[in-house]
Parts: sequence; structure tokens; C-alpha cells
Amino acid sequence: MALLEVRGLEVAFPQGRRAEALALRGVDLDLEPGERLGVVGESGAGKSMLAFAILNLIAAPGRISAGSIAFEGRNLLDLSSDEIRKVRGDRISMIFQDPMMTLNPVLTIGTQMVETLQAHRRIGWDEARKLSIERLAQVAIPSSETRFDSYPHELSGGLRQRVVIAIALLTDPEIIIADEPTTALDVTIQAEIMSLILRLCRENRVGLILITHDLGVVAEATERLMIMCAEKVVEEGPTRAIIDTPDHPYSRGLLAALPQRSERGKPLNQIPGSMPGIADLPGGCAYHPRCERAYAGCHLEAPALEAHGPRRVACFRPLLEKAEA
Amino acid sequence: MTVLVETRGLEMRFALPTHFLSREKPVLHALNGVDVAIHKGEAFCIVGESGCGKTTLGRAIMGLLAPSAGEIDFDGTRIDKLSEHARRPFRARMQMVFQNPYASLNPRRTVFDTLAEPLHHLRPELSGAELRKMVEVVMLDVGADPKWGRRMPHEFSGGQRQRIAIARALVTDPEFVVADEPISALDVSIQAQILNLMTKTREERGLTYLFITHDLSVVEHFGDRAAVMYLGQIVELANVEVLFDGPRHPYTRLLLEAIPKLDGGSFDQEHQPGELPNPVKPPPGCAFAPRCPLANERCHRERPNLSVTGATQVACFAVEEGRD
Repeated sequence: MALLEVRGLEVAFPQGRRAEALALRGVDLDLEPGERLGVVGESGAGKSMLAFAILNLIAAPGRISAGSIAFEGRNLLDLSSDEIRKVRGDRISMIFQDPMMTLNPVLTIGTQMVETLQAHRRIGWDEARKLSIERLAQVAIPSSETRFDSYPHELSGGLRQRVVIAIALLTDPEIIIADEPTTALDVTIQAEIMSLILRLCRENRVGLILITHDLGVVAEATERLMIMCAEKVVEEGPTRAIIDTPDHPYSRGLLAALPQRSERGKPLNQIPGSMPGIADLPGGCAYHPRCERAYAGCHLEAPALEAHGPRRVACFRPLLEKAEA
Repeated sequence: MTVLVETRGLEMRFALPTHFLSREKPVLHALNGVDVAIHKGEAFCIVGESGCGKTTLGRAIMGLLAPSAGEIDFDGTRIDKLSEHARRPFRARMQMVFQNPYASLNPRRTVFDTLAEPLHHLRPELSGAELRKMVEVVMLDVGADPKWGRRMPHEFSGGQRQRIAIARALVTDPEFVVADEPISALDVSIQAQILNLMTKTREERGLTYLFITHDLSVVEHFGDRAAVMYLGQIVELANVEVLFDGPRHPYTRLLLEAIPKLDGGSFDQEHQPGELPNPVKPPPGCAFAPRCPLANERCHRERPNLSVTGATQVACFAVEEGRD
């Protein structure tokens, strides 16, 4: 049994008076202890929705309309709001995109760290302070004792994100969900932050769900990869294998569109059109209007995620390059 | 090769707000003596991280900011001191595409009005029919349906909006386009569409591009020459192939190493925390010295200038002295 097991998760938002539109359409996800999983998709693919849904943080009028989220054998959706608070931020921590939005601007970093600890542990102020400073040092924040008393605005973007990581690690969580943790940062800072997250996850055997639009980042950082398109998982499997030989046409399109993968002076491979909105999804496979391999059947029925060796692909005509070769 | 745009010793200083009784008058140095010569027909890229001055440089060349010192030439004429009236003919010849198509299009104007506006302003002699014709031609050029003209920006996706923004830049038939991070607000699959469109318009219209970006992998694909900026200075300038195959400046190397690669290997290295120094109180010597593994005492004291080293121009004492 995996540490985290998500089955058939659906999130619905009301549309008009009666109807509902699905912002997540039946997503399965497994995470073993210490495993690093990447979730990749374009904006609107539902990847952040997945992160929020796992922590039962979908705000009204949205709701989780189907599925289960088993963490250590307990369904998080059955817990009362008091009980889930003991899991959220304690056993499962989250790192968001913009550190300026996550940190409270009117409290010192120290206050916010001690507050987090005291919300989850019976711990005195002095001890909490000591532990917090230790964590700040662990994420390589220079002169962590003085930084403990700083306000967020006194730090640069990179340092702020380090503070957020230190807070996420305070309670020794089993899982960290990182939603675009480096998108707001510069490349050199991104490399610093990602190598820090990787090192800490490895050292403490923390599971990582890394949500990003950047295939380069997941290729560097994760072992397993899920590619999402139109609120669904279209391909799932070992990161290396998907990057090298994508089976789903959408995965291949995304990879081929990267300048890293193209020849200089030649036009980039582009996917025509753009992602459909959740309110006007086409029938059948949601990707078929953009797909080069689509045939008549793709318009009628949505393909299910089917296993092909260690990978699962949701496509009637997957590329399966190894089989053809 | 003819030079189309040239800057000499361009400096930009911004006085920061202070308390009215304060004796300190802090000044932010956004550009510290930038010399670039952009050749006709090339795609010249400016790369750097936030706060390095790349956007300021683009805006200064466009005349959206008045430089504190230095000169800017366009096609042999000095343009930075021109009056608004004398500058007008140049405005039609140089245009700009901005980063965020959600902010750069007026939400209360139809697409046609947005596209016709530069022509109304810069070519008032055109008749209504000519104007409509020109707008239609440019829309077809960028892959926009002329029927879009009656619609409002909110009806379009990010990629479509950026096409409209590019059409607006091209409608006056410019020779020179400054594109400031034109694809960073877009999704990966849309980025490729827009980059291809820019390449196509460049070939068809013989455009010269100043492409401002933080993303080195785009530079490798799109650019002919590239300048790497750090804290208001150019630290390395070379042909794109040279820059990628043999980066000389330690900062260029750091940037290239930091790109997440599909083959992996970049995040496994230990990265020490490094930050851009405070541009209000820049270090006395080389701006990169506090982060530089090769820095010695001279680097902390003196500021290196861009000088030709082999096939590239580098501003680094370590390279000059052969310590790299």
C-alpha cells in the first residue's frame, strides 16, 4: 500500500444555475515514501487543482465530487476539519509559487515559524526558536539567528522561498507538495532552490509531489512523472522513459516544442490551437482537436489510462516507439 | 554589416524616493555604460536575470525612458535628444512587443481599434479604406483571422493576444522591433507558436529584433548574437554559438549550468546562495565578484570593461589574466 493513494478524484465547480463543470476528471495518483513525483501540464490542466484537492483545500463554490484520498490508510475526505488540520501542514506540507504571498508580511519569520510548530506540537517558545533557527541554517540561510527576527520584505525572493521551505520542513512531514516552487525565481536561484529541495527530500526520505509546467525541472528532479492535459492524466511512468520516448502524442508535442529539443535555424515543432477551457471541452478525447494522430474514434469516446509496461497512457493510438522499433 | 541601432556609454539612474528631511539621496544605477551595436537584419538578444537592466535598456532605446547619460543612434541619426515632433518618423520605424499580452492590450478597445491606433497616430494621411486594408494584411500575416477585428481582447487566449500585440507592432511596417520577454507569460506549446511567428515575420519583412529574455534556451534557438547583462552592465557579448559552446565569463557559465536540462545533471550540484548585489550600493569592483569563484583582490577593487578576447567580448579580469 502506497503512502498516498488517490483514486478517481474529481473536482466540480458550478456552472450557471444547475450544471457543473469538472476541474479535475478522475485522477489517480500513488506516492511511495521518499518518492519524487512530477506533475506537468499547461495552465488550466488541473495540476494545482490536484494539489489543493489532496489537502482538501478546494474553496467553495468548488467541491470534491468523487474519489478518495488515502493517506496512511485513512481517507482524508472523511476527516473532520479539526482532524485534517492535524495532517495538513504537519504530515503533508505545501510550498507555493510566490513566497511573498505565502508569508505573512506583518509577522517576523520567527513568529511564523514558532506559530507553525505550536499549532502542531506541544512545544515551548525557546525550544521552538532553537528548532526554527536550526532549520533556517539547514536551508543555507546565512546568519540564521538574525534572520529569525527579520520580516519577509527584508529578504530577497530566493531567501524568502528558502524560509518557506524551512517552514514546510519544520514538522518533519512525510510528503511535501510543491506547486511551481521556482516559477517566480531567476534561473540561478531556481537551481539553488531545487537542489536544496532535492537534497532535503533525499536526506529525510520525504516524498515530493512537484507540480510545474517546466519539463526541464521535472527531468532533473523527479523519478516518476504524470503529464496532465485538460483536467486528466494522459501519461504516467518513469520520468526518464517519458522524456526519452513519450508515448502520448501530447507528451511528445510538449517535449518537441522545447527549444532545447530543436535544431537551430529550423522552426520549432508547435502544437496547433490552445488548451480548451473546462466549460467547453470537446467530446471524446479532449486533446483530439490538436492531435496529429487523431482518427474518427477519438471524437466519440475518451480513452482510459491503460498500462503499457511500467507506463500508463490514455490514448487510442499511442506512439509506443519501442514496440514499433 | 550596417549598424541599425547603437548605444554608446548608455547610463540610466533613477533617484529613489526618500524622506524629505533625509540627507541621503539614494540613486539606483539601472544601466552603467552600455555599448551595443545591433546590425541590420539580426536577432540580437539581451539575457539576464531580473534586475539586471535588460528591460531598461530596451525601453531607453525605444525612447520610453530618457537616458541619464550616453547616446543612442538609429540608422545613423542620434535619437535620444530628439523632440517629440522630430522623433515621430522614427516611432513608425521602431516598435515594441511587451511581455504580458493581458496587460498590453487595451481591454476596452476592439482589436481593430488597437491595430489602427498606431496608423492613425503615425500616418494620419491614410484613408479609411487604406487603413483597413493595412490592418487586414498584418492580421493575416500573424495568423489572426481578420474577423477578430470586431472583438475585444478578453475574448482571446494568451497566445492569440500575443499575436495581436505582434500585429500592432508590425502594422506601421517597422524595421526594428524590441520584444521584451514576449513568450514568458505563455504556455510551452504556445511559446513555440509565437517564436515561430517571430522568426517568420523576421524573414519575410527583413526585421531586426532586439529580443530581451531571461531564458537562455530561447536565445540559443532564436538569436544571432547575444549579450549577457549583470547589474546594469554587459559582461559578455558574442555570437550565440560561441556563447553556448565556450562561455567565458563566470556568470555566463553559472547561467548555462543553472538551466534545467532534459538530460538532467544541473540540480545535483551544490549551489551556494547568491543574489544580485544592491543596485543602490553596487560593489566598487566587478559587480559579480561577491558570487564569483575566480574573484581575487583586484576584482573587488576595480571594475573590468568589455574587451575582445578571442571570438567574444568579455568584461572579466580572470579571463584577461588567464586565470579562468
